[in-house]
Amino acid sequence: SEHSMHPWSLQLSIPNNLEEMEDKVTSPEKAEEAKLKARYPHLGQKPGGSDFLRKRLQKGQKYFDSGDYNMAKAKMKNKQLPAAAPDKTEVTGDHIPTPQDLPQRKPSLVASKLAG
Amino acid sequence: MNTHAWPTVFGGGESERTRGGCPSPCGLDVTRMLGEDCTASRQWCHADIISTVEFNYSGDLLATGDKGGRVVIFQREQENKSRPHSRGEYNVYSTFQSHEPEFDYLKSLEIEEKINKIRWLPQQNAAHFLLSTNDKTIKLWKISERDKRAEGYNLKDEDGRLRDPFRITALRVPILKPMDLMVEASPRRIFANAHTYHINSISVNSDHETYLSADDLRINLWHLEITDRSFNIVDIKPANMEELTEVITAAEFHPHQCNVFVYSSSKGTIRLCDMRSSALCDRHSKFFEEPEDPSSRSFFSEIISSISDVKFSHSGRYMMTRDYLSVKVWDLNMESRPVETHQVHEYLRSKLCSLYENDCIFDKFECCWNGSDSAIMTGSYNNFFRMFDRDTRRDVTLEASRESSKPRASLKPRKVCTGGKRKKDEISVDSLDFNKKILHTAWHPADNVIAVAATNNLYIFQDKIN
Repeated sequence: SEHSMHPWSLQLSIPNNLEEMEDKVTSPEKAEEAKLKARYPHLGQKPGGSDFLRKRLQKGQKYFDSGDYNMAKAKMKNKQLPAAAPDKTEVTGDHIPTPQDLPQRKPSLVASKLAG
Repeated sequence: MNTHAWPTVFGGGESERTRGGCPSPCGLDVTRMLGEDCTASRQWCHADIISTVEFNYSGDLLATGDKGGRVVIFQREQENKSRPHSRGEYNVYSTFQSHEPEFDYLKSLEIEEKINKIRWLPQQNAAHFLLSTNDKTIKLWKISERDKRAEGYNLKDEDGRLRDPFRITALRVPILKPMDLMVEASPRRIFANAHTYHINSISVNSDHETYLSADDLRINLWHLEITDRSFNIVDIKPANMEELTEVITAAEFHPHQCNVFVYSSSKGTIRLCDMRSSALCDRHSKFFEEPEDPSSRSFFSEIISSISDVKFSHSGRYMMTRDYLSVKVWDLNMESRPVETHQVHEYLRSKLCSLYENDCIFDKFECCWNGSDSAIMTGSYNNFFRMFDRDTRRDVTLEASRESSKPRASLKPRKVCTGGKRKKDEISVDSLDFNKKILHTAWHPADNVIAVAATNNLYIFQDKIN
């Protein structure tokens, strides 16, 4: 999952006192919170509160440039339609994305199956 | 609502292709509809996922939009005296490609063609108009019928080829002849380039002349006739984006007061604004927020309080909000807390960690009122949807799936077992399929007819006649 990229949640009022939190694991929600912190110990320590919101504002497949985008579209036209393609994580920042990295998208030239 | 008269199913129907029969589309490809066994080849794809469902003002038309940017409109058949038991069924009326994928060259981002919302305009003449929007562009579509064709042109022959003008020796008046009904959709207005962020809502004003569009940080007011300018009426973008703490999640005009609209936020608050008070409605007229018990606050509190949908009641006296676990009804006269809270799937509270990890906690469910505002409906997981009767305080969980939806059968209430002994017919929380989400539902404005979108399938349920 992308939760290393959800530092927005860090701005919530997480108790500073970890002991207090451990004592209060009676409510299911707090129990879930404890579980999450056990899995992601660094949650709550990254700086920058609004990164999640800013990531949400920027949602969308990022390509290196328009040539990259057009090549990716062209390759997709020649491929078989996949079953429901899950959304992949954003490919940006680490390396220049290539068409192989990108999730398949079917161009919407075919009529909807709802229309029979 | 009488639980014994639960909606009749007009869904599924891979075996029903009779005239006027099940309009519900098959998630499988066409060959399955013809009877071949294609269980291995479930060839629907991402583009077929329904992203919005909306009845028009009369309820005779039902529009769906999908991730592929296409709109399909269903029309209710007129009640037939010779077949009195077949209440008006919905059949495909029109389909068209509303939006195409685009590329933002400045930001190197693609703009999805997914239809986020469809809103109908009230009908003023024979044609039908609707607004459909993706993340960036709103379009006004005109859907009109053509059932006559002109024949006997002077300058062209029946094939359409131009006649040699020197060979024409007589003049005739073309006559109109009936033809098979053709439904045409044409884009009449394109409202573009007004949103930096992603459009989440559009709402037609009761004045029938203007509408609003809302993105994460701004709300714009448009005139339906004017595409080259819009007025910004709400702007919550902070000067320094590091200070961003909340975004706009939904917005809607009041059904009767053309100067009033509301918008909801990711922090679980709703602001009501009056456009008479100032041009820029950054200062709300009313602020709705339920007080929170600080001792119960957790890591998840803000996320699950984020409002995914806000809808005024038909009466205009109430509004309903949907957050991750509940639906709340607010009296517009009371800002301090909702008047009703209905739990949709409270059993998920002990699963929040996993739901955060698989991103389901960010799913945006919609909600809707029935025509008389006596009942409300919203979706859940495992293709379940929930209906709450506000008068009797009863609620029910139903399932929209091929297996439980034989045509003309009644839907059986479902129950989720939260722990301990699981009774027969109950389903345990751990067996729920979180990929089967019902995010979009719609209720006919007058009758007990509902439309439920389950991923790529559309189910239409109606009340039993007797």
